[in-house]
Amino acid sequence: MGLTTNIWMFLLFSAIIIVFSFFTIFSRRILRAAVSLLFVLVSTAGLYFMMDYQFMAGVQLTLYAGGIVVLIIFSILLTSTINQKFEKPSSKYLILGGITAVFGAGISIYTILNHPFSTSTESEIPSTMKEIGVQLLNTGVNGYALPFEVISILLLAAMIAAIVIAKKII
Amino acid sequence: MNTLVPLSFFLIVSTIMFFVGIWGFIIRRNLITILMSVELILNAVNLNFVVFNRILFPGHFQGMFFSLFIVAIAAAEASVAIAIIINIYRRFSTIEVDNVSEMKN
Repeated sequence: MGLTTNIWMFLLFSAIIIVFSFFTIFSRRILRAAVSLLFVLVSTAGLYFMMDYQFMAGVQLTLYAGGIVVLIIFSILLTSTINQKFEKPSSKYLILGGITAVFGAGISIYTILNHPFSTSTESEIPSTMKEIGVQLLNTGVNGYALPFEVISILLLAAMIAAIVIAKKII
Repeated sequence: MNTLVPLSFFLIVSTIMFFVGIWGFIIRRNLITILMSVELILNAVNLNFVVFNRILFPGHFQGMFFSLFIVAIAAAEASVAIAIIINIYRRFSTIEVDNVSEMKN
């Protein structure tokens, strides 16, 4: 892919991301908000594909777009009626939140545009599945076995916690 | 490598996504939409980590592993949060945060 194609793809994905993030928070029907969130997550996976990180994109698609959005939609179906529309958010919060968001985004973008980022001069390593697997289960330098194990314990704890909390109290 | 889009473009997109998430966090009164805003924020942070890794430090995978762990934590957080939301709905028959002001009755 040439630079032009890449830039067009990037513009497409980022336009989808920005437009549907706004839909996610401003939509007054909750199921539409969840579907907009799905679009945002899938376009983010597209950006990962553009950067040649296929594994990360796959994780994004299966876990985020596949797992979390389905979980959210399930909980919507369990707790809300579909046709119900939200009230409009109160204008006080709308203005306060808008000021916060615009101010913060302005400062961040100003800083990003003025900061000289310097690329590291190390040679690029290919992001193959083999390299990722070796690093993920390695205990030496560039090894991530410890956080991997910590995350697995955390997932187990979260699973037990979710079951205990949602259990029907007899 | 040279065919990659400049770094600041990605950072601007993720900044906008992050602050839209914060805006939603402030204006929404429904627990599930608040959870969706949190997912937006986490997704923006993930994008930042991966882009920094890919463009500034292509010799490592640190940013990508951070993102992987953040995705796992987001999954754990979403499952526990949804369990809590269902429990709240069972007790109060609503998930608007304004009506759920007590933790134990």
